Amino acid sequence: MKTLPLTLSGLEPLIITEDSNFVNVGERTNVTGSKRFLNTIKEKDYDKALKIALDQVQGGAQILDVNMDEGMLDSAEEMTNFLNLIASDPDIAKIPIMVDSSKWEVILAGLKCMQGKGVVNSISLKDGEEEFLRRAKIVRRFGAAVICMAFDEDGQADTLPRRKEICGRAYKLLTEEAGFHPSDIILDPNIFPVATGMEEHRRNALDFFLAAKWIRENLPGAHVIGGVSNVSFSFRGNNRVREAIHSAFLYHAIEHGMDMGIVNPTQLEVYDDIPEDLLERVEDVLFDKRDDATERLLEIAEEYKGEGSSVKKKQDDEWRQKSVEERLKYSLVKGINEFVEEDTEEARQKIGSPLEVIEGPLMDGMNVVGDLFGAGKMFLPQVVKSARVMKQAVAYLTPFLEEEKKQNKDTSDQPKVLLATVKGDVHDIGKNIVSVVLACNNYHVIDLGVMVPADKILDEAEKHKVDAIGLSGLITPSLDEMITVAREMKKRGMDLPLMIGGATTSRLHTAVKIDPEYDSSVVHVLDASRAVAMAGDIINPKKREAVKAEIKKEYAELRELHENRQNKKELLPFEEARSNKTKIEWEGYEPPKPSFLGNKVFEDYPISELRNYIDWSPFFRTWMLTGKYPDILEDDEVGKQAQSLFDDAQALLDEIIEKDLLQAKSVIGFYPATAYGDDIKLFEGADLSEIKTKFHFLRQQTKKRSGQPNSSLSDYIAPHEVGITDYIGFFAVTAGIGIEKLIERFESENDDYNVILVKAVADRLAEAFAERMHERVRKEFWGYSDEESFSNEELIAEKYSGIRPAPGYPACPDHTEKRILFDLLEVEKNTSIKLTESFAMYPASSVSGFYFSHPESRYFRVGNIGEDQVIDYAQRKSCTKEEVEKWLSPNLDYDPYSS
Amino acid sequence: MNIKDVLQDRILILDGAMGTMIQRYKLKEADFRGERFTDHPDDLQGNNDLLSLTRPDIIQAIHEEYLEAGADIVETNTFSGTSIAQADYGLESIVYELNKQSAEIARKATDKFTQQNPDKPRFVAGSMGPTNKTASISPEVTDPGYRAVTFDELAEAYKEQARGLMDGGADVLLVETIFDTLNAKAALFAIQELFEERGEELPIMVSGTITDASGRTLSGQTVEAFLISISHAPILSVGFNCALGAKQLKPYLQNLSDRSPFFISAYPNAGLPNEFGEYDEGPDEMGSQVKEYLEDGLVNILGGCCGTTPAHITKMAELAKDYDPRKVKSKGMVV
Repeated sequence: MKTLPLTLSGLEPLIITEDSNFVNVGERTNVTGSKRFLNTIKEKDYDKALKIALDQVQGGAQILDVNMDEGMLDSAEEMTNFLNLIASDPDIAKIPIMVDSSKWEVILAGLKCMQGKGVVNSISLKDGEEEFLRRAKIVRRFGAAVICMAFDEDGQADTLPRRKEICGRAYKLLTEEAGFHPSDIILDPNIFPVATGMEEHRRNALDFFLAAKWIRENLPGAHVIGGVSNVSFSFRGNNRVREAIHSAFLYHAIEHGMDMGIVNPTQLEVYDDIPEDLLERVEDVLFDKRDDATERLLEIAEEYKGEGSSVKKKQDDEWRQKSVEERLKYSLVKGINEFVEEDTEEARQKIGSPLEVIEGPLMDGMNVVGDLFGAGKMFLPQVVKSARVMKQAVAYLTPFLEEEKKQNKDTSDQPKVLLATVKGDVHDIGKNIVSVVLACNNYHVIDLGVMVPADKILDEAEKHKVDAIGLSGLITPSLDEMITVAREMKKRGMDLPLMIGGATTSRLHTAVKIDPEYDSSVVHVLDASRAVAMAGDIINPKKREAVKAEIKKEYAELRELHENRQNKKELLPFEEARSNKTKIEWEGYEPPKPSFLGNKVFEDYPISELRNYIDWSPFFRTWMLTGKYPDILEDDEVGKQAQSLFDDAQALLDEIIEKDLLQAKSVIGFYPATAYGDDIKLFEGADLSEIKTKFHFLRQQTKKRSGQPNSSLSDYIAPHEVGITDYIGFFAVTAGIGIEKLIERFESENDDYNVILVKAVADRLAEAFAERMHERVRKEFWGYSDEESFSNEELIAEKYSGIRPAPGYPACPDHTEKRILFDLLEVEKNTSIKLTESFAMYPASSVSGFYFSHPESRYFRVGNIGEDQVIDYAQRKSCTKEEVEKWLSPNLDYDPYSS
Repeated sequence: MNIKDVLQDRILILDGAMGTMIQRYKLKEADFRGERFTDHPDDLQGNNDLLSLTRPDIIQAIHEEYLEAGADIVETNTFSGTSIAQADYGLESIVYELNKQSAEIARKATDKFTQQNPDKPRFVAGSMGPTNKTASISPEVTDPGYRAVTFDELAEAYKEQARGLMDGGADVLLVETIFDTLNAKAALFAIQELFEERGEELPIMVSGTITDASGRTLSGQTVEAFLISISHAPILSVGFNCALGAKQLKPYLQNLSDRSPFFISAYPNAGLPNEFGEYDEGPDEMGSQVKEYLEDGLVNILGGCCGTTPAHITKMAELAKDYDPRKVKSKGMVV
């Protein structure tokens, strides 16, 4: 009859059926069995202790035995602490815990820390039936399985009849009185040393085998376990023989029914590899086959002494010995480009056709990468490195391919995807990542780069007969440009699927604004990891119609929801919002005066200074690694990747500084200013009577809780009515001068990884520059906060006084104000940053914005605004309402096209 | 009539969200305080459980709306009724009373409906939420071995809650919204201890929460590991609630249903929250999704969590009456 399985769990299940192989219990996290582990606990070096546990899991342990029974330790406390630490490490916590102690209170402590179903090791009849049952019931209430040792009031069972008697009695009590399911009972019929020379130990192994067999035949459902290393105790110091004994013992114990064991896998010889003469003598001892078995084993043991362990460590470069196909695959998965050319050449010679090398071993390797990435087992930086290896291999093969193409026809039937960052936008890190990921998955990617006008995108799409178009953009005006592209596609009668991606895009925007403009598929792609599946779905001729219908329906529902929600939202009449401005007591306020007025230019600012101001967390987000720096470097899941990426970024920074590859430039300026309504006017001239220029700000218009203002940045500058002279500052910084050359270099080496890395690092430097400049402004140039001394973490957390909002961001969402700022600071001339027609800055690694010094100034989100404010704003800016609506469309609370 | 017997016969409908309904009353601080807690030093607005003492009329009215809508089981208003959760409001001392009275209110409401229609007996499930602390995860990033609450503290708090619920007349105890299985194990431990002391037992329902598309609980367990970890207790049903909408929950429910020797319950949210944290799925939309549960024979108990209303429950009751309940595996073991 088949018995029910034993089910255990950590974070993941472990189900042990009759057909399961032997279950291996990791035993190194045991202070009585491992000196090394004991020392780490004594020294409270828990990181090392956890490493030992992790090694066990990675070495194949299916259950982790934890034992803290040592006289010098507070065992219960150490058990609690260590199990809590394990619970915080998912790589270890995935397997069930075996809480191992001879002290009941330690077992209880362990049980209280296990969310999964673990195993208690152990209870016994040593203190009589009553105590046995009391403990068993408590174990059951905690929901653990239990190991019961063959031990009773008279001592440990050391003969076959005693083993049977005690195991039988315990089984009966557990199943009939303590409510245990038979499969939750694990019996330990005691493994004792063999070949000790003592007559009464001769049957130690044999009796264990027979007891195991008897248990499996007579106590249905129960499992048999044993601590294997005990059996070879008398051969301490002779590892070769110990390993042979362990293997032979295990082999026969399993045959007799032992299904779980506490074994050190590094102390196991492969049974078939045990030399014949040694095996024969070991088995003579285990089965007590002859009177002189022990002597004969001792004899031969001498010959093996000093040979050391037979279990060799794997060589790190073992993979180089494998076939060329395997080596290529390995290089791709591990992202190693050291051998890629020689291996590719070898594969080409071996296989003959360069195309077959690509479609064979190279694509096989990339498929593994794609699968691992899809399953979350590889992270983006690894994938990009893999893609680099792939690209280099393909680049090596290209001349051969050309040669072959002359003879054959092009057989490639890869799906083609065209990617472009839309007109007016220069941001392309995300698009490049999508490009790499698609290319990894066997798509032919045509990448048109940045600032691509709609016509060009569509002309190229038609010319190359692509299967789909992907648009990317980061700044809000790009959203409108994407709508334009969709409209153009409809005009041309195109039927290609359109994918939308980039930081400001959203499913909602795509559904509400883009999808209605185009009759074929329009789909928002959240990030690079979704791009492959999405492209596959919308291109696949079998699926595309169904997928299109499904997405269209989904987006239509989203639109409907959105409309319903729109109606719910309450906007204040603009005048009412304006009268609820930020309450600032201006009476008696003395605005701090900047140390200079006008502009100041910083040529070639030292990057070595800026690197200390880098906020690294967004850098990791660019690579789709989530976590806060520096904790992310220690993260269980992505820590290794993050560290390696971080190291690469640091090395790049070193190189940039050493070889002066990037230049940082900046201009800042301060001007006397006062607020007129929601505008801020800047003055010049001796008596400050002449108006230099004017900036326009928007005001929050949604209904606020009582006491909360409807804020506008203009609230932070003294209104002209109070008659004091206030000041406002401006800045533009860039760390991207010279970036083209650097990128060109890596592009020519087919090194996408470094292309993306350079851009991401330059972006961080620009942000760091803005942070550093703001600090100097507060302490030196404006000097209102010369006392402050914040750490970089505190700067990142914006603990300082005063703000530096940037046009196009939530507090002042209108990008067009950048033009006024650029004119005022003469940014183009002073820094060579340029503005595109969508008011994006080029190089992309640039930041510009305002400085406000008032201690009440805060960052906020303007959010939705009403038509009344738009009309007022257009008047103030002397432009048309339609223009304002175009640039601020994401903020509009109404649909300007509906009427 | 025994709930076990009824479950053999048909799918039972659990009620919907309590919080969503309470919000409709737009209560103020003064409503939460009532007369009794006028001088309590802490703010009490938002302590929904307290309304069982200060506005029992509202709680009973909500129960009755759900019973009217067709719910077979109503949950007591005690989701945060442990001394651990009430500590936020400085109200640890009233926990027993809170649970007892909450159970009594639900009892009164259900008895009224059972009397009106004895063929459709109604049941009170004593809600035991997860508390706001977790025994498996450290709240201190830099100190992973630290725990804000211990197993013993949880067990003691749950025991007090269970005692109040039993004294107030609950038919079933419902350990719900489990994001950390160790918390749930403490609850099950305490409940079993209490049963032994009182010499009486109630059926136990257990409901976990899968927090996101990883398919795991917040504390990291897979569906199977979760099921294995709680199946030692004498439970009536196991299932999932909260966090996900009906559609997203389905694969996990399917997995659970395939393996579980217990009855299966499901009470998802009304979809995923939108950007404003609101639940948008209406009764028909949600109905069309839970209909798939029914068609695939996945559930024995069906209801709603965050964002669901009597209208959702009416829809579910209408749908469920045309379907047979899930057949429970005869094998007494999780596989």
